[in-house]
Amino acid sequence: MPIKLPSFRSRRNAYPPDLWTKCPSCEEMLFNKQLDKVLRVCPSCGHHFRLSAEMRLEQLLDPGTFEERDGGLQSVDPLGFVDQKPYPDRIAAAQVATGMRDAAVWGFGRLDGRRIAVCVMDFAFMGGSMGSVVGEKVTRATEAAYDERVPLIIVSASGGARMQEGTLALMQLAKTIAALERLRAVAVPYLSVMTDPTTGGVFASYAVLGDVNLAEPNALIGFAGARVSAGTIAQELPPGFQRSEFLFEHGFVDRVVQRSELRSDLALLLRYLEPAREEEAEVEAGAGLPSFRPRSILSAIADRVIPDLEPETNGRYPEPEVAPESVAVRPPDALPEARPAPEPEPAATVPRETDRG
Amino acid sequence: MVDRLLGRGREQASPDTKPVDPKDEVWARIQLARNLRRPRTLELVELMADEFIELHGDRGFGDDPAIVAGFARLDGRRVVIVGQQKGTDTEENISRNFGMPHPEGYRKAMRVMELGARFGLPIVSFVDVPGAHPGPESEERGIAEAIARSIGLMTRLPVPIVAVITGEGGSGGALAIAVGDVVVALENAVYSVISPEGCASILWRTADEAPAAALAMKMTAEDQRELGVVDLVVAEPGQGAQDDHAETARRLQAVISAQLTTLADVPIHELLERRYQRYRSMGAYTELSAPPVVQPERPGFADRFRNLLDPGRWSVGVPLPPGRGREEPPAREEV
Repeated sequence: MPIKLPSFRSRRNAYPPDLWTKCPSCEEMLFNKQLDKVLRVCPSCGHHFRLSAEMRLEQLLDPGTFEERDGGLQSVDPLGFVDQKPYPDRIAAAQVATGMRDAAVWGFGRLDGRRIAVCVMDFAFMGGSMGSVVGEKVTRATEAAYDERVPLIIVSASGGARMQEGTLALMQLAKTIAALERLRAVAVPYLSVMTDPTTGGVFASYAVLGDVNLAEPNALIGFAGARVSAGTIAQELPPGFQRSEFLFEHGFVDRVVQRSELRSDLALLLRYLEPAREEEAEVEAGAGLPSFRPRSILSAIADRVIPDLEPETNGRYPEPEVAPESVAVRPPDALPEARPAPEPEPAATVPRETDRG
Repeated sequence: MVDRLLGRGREQASPDTKPVDPKDEVWARIQLARNLRRPRTLELVELMADEFIELHGDRGFGDDPAIVAGFARLDGRRVVIVGQQKGTDTEENISRNFGMPHPEGYRKAMRVMELGARFGLPIVSFVDVPGAHPGPESEERGIAEAIARSIGLMTRLPVPIVAVITGEGGSGGALAIAVGDVVVALENAVYSVISPEGCASILWRTADEAPAAALAMKMTAEDQRELGVVDLVVAEPGQGAQDDHAETARRLQAVISAQLTTLADVPIHELLERRYQRYRSMGAYTELSAPPVVQPERPGFADRFRNLLDPGRWSVGVPLPPGRGREEPPAREEV
């Protein structure tokens, strides 16, 4: 009987417990502990490694402030989908490999002391694909941000909609976007962070719709897979196609941000995009208010004394000179109706115009 | 692509075969949905409406012939029409880009829908699209943004919306104009998150398994109705809509008119709330009460032993075992 020696092969392939990682970009050997300290960015070439949801939250939020919500959401198999493996088996395998229930995690946390709703995706779970559970978590995070009037941050990392759930996965686009539209109507900021990769249905829904879109350097971001583009269209793809910098150049990303700067950039943006308090939001949605307010000498002086008054009040001066009846006539749940011709926000139109030259 | 639209479409036009295998049956249906002689949006509108005036251009970049938009009178009711437009022959298909819209197409649709809604006109959309155009110029001009904004607009437009899937409902490119209070589908229409060829080439690693993928995705109109994605399925005359365009249009017109009449009586805020809930409730999941159990895995004896040896292993230059490291993303060919 042969003696059974302990195997030298790792038991877990998803996160090799190796001490060293080879940078796929510059082939440098990197010591894992050191790599974690530099936020998993290659110190020699700046390659941004993919992060697990857990590490992402750790890097983004104030330590120990994350409270997960709806951790018990679990995928089912609505179509009875079998390809080379049944869908439930694929989920189970992904759960064992990642220790997560599905490809997204959401909860409340604090960023720079400010309470936010945050949803983070993990590419390691079935390619970060969006099925019903991911869609539901994004929607619940959005609705919670709406209810509590706290900023929303979503960090995307996904190959697109989850094919195994068919059109139900496709409907998650409509579900998440519908919730975000409501959030927009009450002036609560939504910041979208796109990481490597953000493609397909996730890019074409919540990821692209941020009030501010940030992207990590050289992340793959695009709608159609490069193979489809090349195959269907039979055209040469330009170099750097569907990378963060490509999107930045064409005006769909506000900033390409190094991982080390991401937290401070988000914190800075949140200082400007203060969610409107509930009564303010009502006023804002009410039609017929003059957008121009006469500036008194007092407010002009106040401007000089407190120069950052303007951004913090969204350009309005805090005097309560609101016509009360305009608040009263608006039915509370008819927000979209009150604004039948919604103007696209400047953040979205400006890049589009530059794109068109 | 040309081959797919022309060649196989023609083959299926002679429907003498009686398929028995469910795979073949579904595949035959997809060929019907792609049939070159199936009535297109403009033709259906012409047959249904008393008048139609088409509007062009997105006011930012250009006019996309793959999407048509305009106003029409349907049973005496003024409505907004938007829809994808495939060609009926190769020449027209080339000029219409095989019905694959660019971003400016969706922006034109948004512009016309918004305009109509401002004047209280209900919207009827006709969906027949293999997928949004997947080329570089489409990406440059923000196809994903156009689709997302269009979906967003349709979730909040304060007028009734009836979406009709007449042929292929290809992924985001279809959903961009298919968000509605009621979604109707023709009997042989299909609706899917990715083309069966794309799905097969990812999950089966060969596009030849497309019929199997089509079956697994449950993409026929009837299956979609069972899933709740489609509300009504309209039977097609003869062997399919290609046999009798006028009858197909007549049947569709009756259903659309009836739906518009019903929806017209619903107060707008209730309509919008219902539309929100229609999409809010989509999806299948369970909710376990227990939070996820994530146990930090204690490495087994072999792993600990291996870790102990690791530095030594590297210093003598033992190569990395194959298959280590994080995988590259599978190219998810969602169109």
